[in-house]
Order: sequence, then C-alpha cells, then structure tokens
Amino acid sequence: MSQFKTLFKDGMWANNPALVQLLGLCPLLAVTSTITNALGLGLATLLVLVGSNVTVSLVRNWVPKDIRIPVFVMIIAAFVTIIQLLMNAYTFGLYQSLGIFIPLIVTNCAIIGRAEAFASKNNALLSAWDGVMMGLGFAIVLVVLGTMRELIGQGTLFDGADLLLGPWAASLRVEIFEFDSQFLVAILPPGAFLGMGLLIAAKNVIDAQIKAKAAPSEQPQKAPRARVTSLT
Amino acid sequence: MKLTMASSPHNHSHKNVSKLMLSVIAACIPGIIAQCYFFGFGVIVQLFIALISASVSEACMLKLRNRPIWPSLSDGSAWLTAVLLAVSIPPLAPWWVVVIGTIFAIAMVKQLYGGLGFNVFNPAMAAYVLLLISFPVQMTSWNAPTELLSQPISVADTLSLIFFAENGAGQSLISAMTSIDGTTMATPLDTVKTAVSQNLTVTEAMSGPQFGEYAGIGWMWVNLAFLAGGLFLLKTKVINWHIPVAMLSALAFCAAIGFIIAPGTHGGSIFHLLSGATMLGAFFIATDPVSASTTNRGRLIYGACIGVLVYVIRNYGGYPDAIAFAVLIMNMAVPLIDHYTQPRTYGHGAAK
Repeated sequence: MSQFKTLFKDGMWANNPALVQLLGLCPLLAVTSTITNALGLGLATLLVLVGSNVTVSLVRNWVPKDIRIPVFVMIIAAFVTIIQLLMNAYTFGLYQSLGIFIPLIVTNCAIIGRAEAFASKNNALLSAWDGVMMGLGFAIVLVVLGTMRELIGQGTLFDGADLLLGPWAASLRVEIFEFDSQFLVAILPPGAFLGMGLLIAAKNVIDAQIKAKAAPSEQPQKAPRARVTSLT
Repeated sequence: MKLTMASSPHNHSHKNVSKLMLSVIAACIPGIIAQCYFFGFGVIVQLFIALISASVSEACMLKLRNRPIWPSLSDGSAWLTAVLLAVSIPPLAPWWVVVIGTIFAIAMVKQLYGGLGFNVFNPAMAAYVLLLISFPVQMTSWNAPTELLSQPISVADTLSLIFFAENGAGQSLISAMTSIDGTTMATPLDTVKTAVSQNLTVTEAMSGPQFGEYAGIGWMWVNLAFLAGGLFLLKTKVINWHIPVAMLSALAFCAAIGFIIAPGTHGGSIFHLLSGATMLGAFFIATDPVSASTTNRGRLIYGACIGVLVYVIRNYGGYPDAIAFAVLIMNMAVPLIDHYTQPRTYGHGAAK
C-alpha cells in the first residue's frame, strides 16, 4: 500500500508536475485567467492522463522499445480527441473559450512524461493511481493559479462556471471586489508568469521550513571535540 | 602617535552608494521643478506618496528577508526608484497607481531578486510597464500644460483628483478630459502618432495648440531640465558619458534618417530628443548602474540599442513612448553584451 501513498505524495507535492517538474507550462499559463477555464483544462488533462496511463501500462509488454514514443503519442492523441469531442458536445461554451489548448493537451509533456517514466514500467492499477494523482496535482495548481488571477484581475470567483457545470452553476459566481478599473496585468500573460513564480516560491518556502523543523531532531548535537594531534 | 596600516586602494573617490543615489535624486530636481511649472503640483504629491510607499515596502521586504533595515533603506536606492516612478506617471493619476507601482518595483523587481545590485531589471521601469499595461486609461491621462488651461488646476483640486479621483466640482479626470475645456489631453508623442495614423502629416499634427516650434510646450522644457540635471551628473562623474551619448545620438540618427526618407510621417531629431521621457531615460534611467552594461564598449552598444528601439517602438509600435520598453528589453541583453565586450586585461592577449 505504501506505493500508493508515495504516488499520492509525489503527485500532489514532492514531484508535482506543475510546481516541481514545470511541465505543461503552456496551457498552465495560457488558460488560467479564470477558475472555470483552469478547472475545465485541469479535468480534461486529468482524464487524458488516467486514460493514457492505463492504456500504456496495458500494452507496455507488446510495444517494441524502439517505437514506443510514437505509440504513446498516438494513444494520448486518441484520448485527447475523445475528450475534445465530449467537450464540444457537452460544454460548448468552455470548448470555445479554451480553443486550441484542448488539442494541445497532446503535447503536454506531463502526460508523455508519465507514460514514459511510470506507466511503461508498472501495472495498470498503479499507473491509473499515478495518473489520478499527477492529474489532480496539475489540476489543483491550475485552479489555484486561476483563482489568484481571477480574484486580482476581475475581483470575481467562478465567473462563467455555467459554461462548465451547466446552467445551475451561474449562481456560483461571487463578486468579491468591485473595481473601477481592472488590474489587467493579472489577466494578461505576464500575470500568469508572476503568479506561477510566486506559487513556486511559496512551495520552496514551505519545503525549507519543513526541512528546518525536521533537521535538528534527526541529527542530535555531538559534543565538540578538540583536535590535539596535528593534521599532517 | 598611532600608525595604522590601511590596505589598498589608497586613493579613494569618496563615493559610496548612498552619496551616488542622493546626487542622482538631486539632479532630478530641475526636471521636477519644470514639471511643476508646466503641469501643476501633482508631481510633488506623487513624489510624497511614492517616497512613503517605497520606504514602507522596502522596510517590510527587508524585515521579511531578515536583513538589517536601516543600512539598506538609507542607501537611497529605493527613494531614487520612487522619484523616477513619480516623475514618469501622469501628475494627476489616482494615488493607488503610484502605490501599486512602487510596491511592485521594490518588492517584486528589486527585493525578490535579492535587493540592490541583484535586480536584473530597472525597478522603476518594470513598475512603469506594469502600470501601463494594467491601467492604460489612468497612465495615459496627462493633464494639458498649465498655460493651455483656461484656469489653472488649484492645489485643492490636485489633491482631490489624486485622492478621490474627482475635482472640487465632482468631475472625474476622465469626464474633465472629455468636456470642452478639458484638463487632460494627449501627449505630443501621442498626438503625432494618432495624426499619422489618420493620414495627417507631422507638420499638420504639430500645428495644434500644445506644440511649440520644436516639440510640445512644457515637454520641451521638462526635457531640457532633465538634460541639465544629466549634465550635472556627468560633470560630477556620477555617470559615464557612454550610455547617454550613445542613446541620444542613436535616437537622433534614426530620427534624421526617418525624417529624410519620409518627412510627412516621421518627426525630426529635435522632436524626438525633446519629447516624452527621452532625456529622463538617457541620463537617469538607462544609466542605472545595476541593470545597465558594465563595460565601456558594452555601454555604447547598450545605449545605442536603446536609442534605436525607442525610435522603432515610438514610430511603429503600439505605444506612444518607448523608454521603459526599450530599457527593459536591453536589460535582458546586458549579460550577453557584457560577455562579449570584456576589456583586454593588461599583459594578456594581443594589443591592438
């Protein structure tokens, strides 16, 4: 069971695809201007990641080593196409606002990275769990970044949630501040880079604090020892 | 008698960071006075807001970083950033514009990169760009030169426009701009740019009331005042001549070529030299010792590239003025320039 726990910790924190591996930055930075967009892309990536991880893991013993990358890419592309058609059918508004970034999930290195590094070496159950955790870790970072940018840029939360979740979700929209003039930089691409940098910095600060707390207990102070002989 | 052995160098220039920063701030004074005379007291209010918010954010960041507060605060670099930002933004902009700008400049651009000496970008200009892309309306609402107003903006109106975004009569800056005797109008660079895009010639654009013989009323004198401050800095050897001379001559050269080829759509050299933030940029911003190139040949290249970029962006870019963008772009190129322009060490390599 401990393997599942390690995968959970890796995906969510220690080896988070967005904060540590810095993979899939293009969609991460491009679509996180609102929570709805971020959540939509996060869920799409999660589904593709789970599907591709399971499939890659199932076929891993039949795929020749030399052509594994093209095969993995085709598997991923098949899943992306499925997701794209589903979104086109059921969440058309979101499909339009995410635009090119849905087909571009194919090129998300986080997905091919997990297929190559994990799914091609482990059984289907573990791979599925890894896909869920990595996908969730990616989606959470997307949503956090989307929250920051939407809050600072427009002063709202869940703007346009009905595009993703159906008409009832229109009531989710919360207006936190009322701006006379929007803080446009948060919504523009530079804001994505600034927000991402701050998130990574925050993670490093938390890691450093955890390490600082853990370190003294691991290594008890030894009594100082005076050297009496010369170094030669 | 006590004989102390001091280590070399024995010949001191008696310059330290604090003195340098303060003399740069002092050299800004003529420009600030000129701005006050032509555009009202807004700039003084902005200066105070900027100085306070820059000091507070510098102190907070130093505290967070567990650094001693007073030594870094008193070197004056944060105050210089505040002054440069305050003279760059429109004098009647709301107070929160300059507060957001200085916080971003000090906290993000300077302290997060490691404080004075480690910042890759010029803090004041990075903040200016942030403000320009975030609040385009507030950042382009320059008030008209005082002599064009039917009645000058009173001190009370200035304060109330900055702090409550409306004048004594309850008009916002924007509505005052659109009313007939407006208090704000497009800057000369903006006017010329708009006119050229409407197929007017530069000469036609410059026949408007806000233009003098060579450049905009007020703007010309503000630029000349900053030029005077810059010459003082050169005289006292606070800055080297390389960057300003390279930048201004590159800008003048490009403008001359443009004027010769298509005089209808390109302003001349003098217009470009005396418009916008040219002189402020050449002597006070591009010469920032941290983010500029550090070798003499590098400084010439760096300055010249800024000059060319300013001309290109002013004429063909989306924004009327370009000092901030040009300086930031060249800040990024500084490590490369420095790498290829290292001077020959005496005794090493072939003498030319």
